Amino acid sequence: MNVAFDTARPNTGQPADATSRDLVQVRNLSRIFDVSKPWLNRVIEREPRRLLKAVTDVSFDIRKRETIALVGESGSGKSTVAKMVVGLLQPTAGQVRIDGNDMWAGNDLSALRRRIQMIFQDPYASLNPRWRVDSIIADPIKAFGLAKDRAEIEHRVGELLRLVGLDPLDGRKYPHEFSGGQRQRICIARALSSNPEFLVCDEPTSALDVSVQAQILNLMRDLQEQFGLTYLFISHNLAVVRHMANRIGVMYLGRIVELAPTSELFAAPRHPYTRMLLDAVPDLAMSGRPRKMVEGEIPNPIDPPPGCAFHPRCPFAIDRCKSEVPQSRATSADSYVACHVAA
Amino acid sequence: MSNSVLSVRNLRVEFPTRRGTLVAVDDVSFDIAPGEVLGVVGESGAGKSMTGTAVIGLLEPPGRITGGQVWLHGERIDNLPAEKMRRIRGKRIGMVFQDPLTSLNPLYQVGEQLVETIRTHTDASPAEARKRSIALLEAAGIQGASRRIDSYPHEFSGGMRQRVVIALALAAEPELIIADEPTTALDVSIQAQIIQLLKALCRERGAAIMLITHDMGVIAETADRVAVMYAGRIAEIGPVRDVVQRPLHPYTKGLMGSIPTLEMGNARLAQIPGSMPRLTSIPKGCAFNPRCDQGFDRCRSERPDPMPHGASQAACWLANPADTPWARNAGATS
Repeated sequence: MNVAFDTARPNTGQPADATSRDLVQVRNLSRIFDVSKPWLNRVIEREPRRLLKAVTDVSFDIRKRETIALVGESGSGKSTVAKMVVGLLQPTAGQVRIDGNDMWAGNDLSALRRRIQMIFQDPYASLNPRWRVDSIIADPIKAFGLAKDRAEIEHRVGELLRLVGLDPLDGRKYPHEFSGGQRQRICIARALSSNPEFLVCDEPTSALDVSVQAQILNLMRDLQEQFGLTYLFISHNLAVVRHMANRIGVMYLGRIVELAPTSELFAAPRHPYTRMLLDAVPDLAMSGRPRKMVEGEIPNPIDPPPGCAFHPRCPFAIDRCKSEVPQSRATSADSYVACHVAA
Repeated sequence: MSNSVLSVRNLRVEFPTRRGTLVAVDDVSFDIAPGEVLGVVGESGAGKSMTGTAVIGLLEPPGRITGGQVWLHGERIDNLPAEKMRRIRGKRIGMVFQDPLTSLNPLYQVGEQLVETIRTHTDASPAEARKRSIALLEAAGIQGASRRIDSYPHEFSGGMRQRVVIALALAAEPELIIADEPTTALDVSIQAQIIQLLKALCRERGAAIMLITHDMGVIAETADRVAVMYAGRIAEIGPVRDVVQRPLHPYTKGLMGSIPTLEMGNARLAQIPGSMPRLTSIPKGCAFNPRCDQGFDRCRSERPDPMPHGASQAACWLANPADTPWARNAGATS
């Protein structure tokens, strides 16, 4: 770990000596997408390039065996962060370090890749319909050369299926023979087949019914305990995140506006957007929790408002919010917020 | 029943297939009073959307109503000829679907679609209809409605499109709105806005709402009464507070326990083993019995009908300790 890297940790929400505990370090990560029209159209119509800043200057650490969640509405950049963290998408700027190894520094990544796996939102789209379930689960084992022979692969696949609550005989079936919840179990078995330490879960239960969601969330927690897994959990559902995460980062228009331990975030939300999200959660207990009506919608990320991106919807906005992007500042040893007004 | 906006009695919807007849909705009865919001909740395949489409007569063939009756303000509508039913849809029953883009024609400006709807169902002049359209869009919370009325659907954001669809559903001042997952495609902060809007507009106009959703949170916020569906039947129906806080049916209990809430912190979620049966293999007796931890012999052989219990009804042998003939008769005729 070089010194320059260590000093570039402005807003990780952690004490400086924590690096050794961290499995993943994300530093000043940004991603810009070019959404311009084709070159000829631009020339004829005299239009400039159009750039979409999907993620801007995102930094956080993930400790071993913890679950960190990113929440936000559509277009907030949470899935883009997830893709950059697993290495599916190259960042425009910034670094992702797994156990000190830079993901995009050009080294051989296959050893690193084995340790990171991903679970996607749509269990219908993320399984090849032409493959039998046992081949799907065996693929990472073969790709990383984790088994000596076919018998060992078969044994391991059966073990994985049992682990996620399916029958080893289910391996002979095709994905279409399973329900959504069972398919997500298959996706989890596939993710676990390379013995990873770190799972990135992008909305793993959003496509599922609530009773199935409960089964999958409980399974994920059991597996985390059993194998000491570390999760990056992406969701738009604050109640689910509260249930799963140790720490939560709230994203708005490509930036993390607040990051705090779960209990702290829910007991004392600092950023006005976090408060707004909490207010928008339906009150299932019918406790009569006071709620403020949320105003407005997320602005177009191609043309975001100047200053703090949230200021047009913010009830506490002051003049400074309209011109100056708030930098994130630590509010305690373990949390930070990016707001001019928040205490 | 006589003063209900909508009365559904013993509704049964079947799908004939090569492998036999599937019963998608089985013996479903409920009423919606004027101005009332009835939530219909259940997991995918429970038959909740099918109930809604059967009520408005939009079942896709080969699906068809094979039993029961649907009454709208005392008038029977399930056996009307297609042409008459078409005139009731839009005029007396408005609809809001999950995906606003499927309800809006992308080739026409939203104003044209509103004007067309208003003029189809009333004898307003084009100018009047346009004025009404602007007023409706404004009521639906679209700022600068007089300008935005000439925009195309793709020029609106998702939440704004759903507002347009709500304006469209209310255009002919219907007595009943059927809203099928109206907020599922929207972000949480927008969801709350849309639900409040739908509820406020219907209260102002005295329209009843049948709100179909899988999201118990939306129901708890919005509905006056809720019907919980399981495998094509109503498992439990009653005032929303009773069903949410003191569920009677073991399925409702499991469902409520499996929803993560902000209040419960990170306690382990209750979990119902297994999954809902497919329509091809609905178990004998109570459809929930293989997954129920309190089932006994009767549940495996005999199917319970909804039985009254307080202000609610539950289709469970356990929910009705006073299982007397008169109690069951009362349940059938209330």
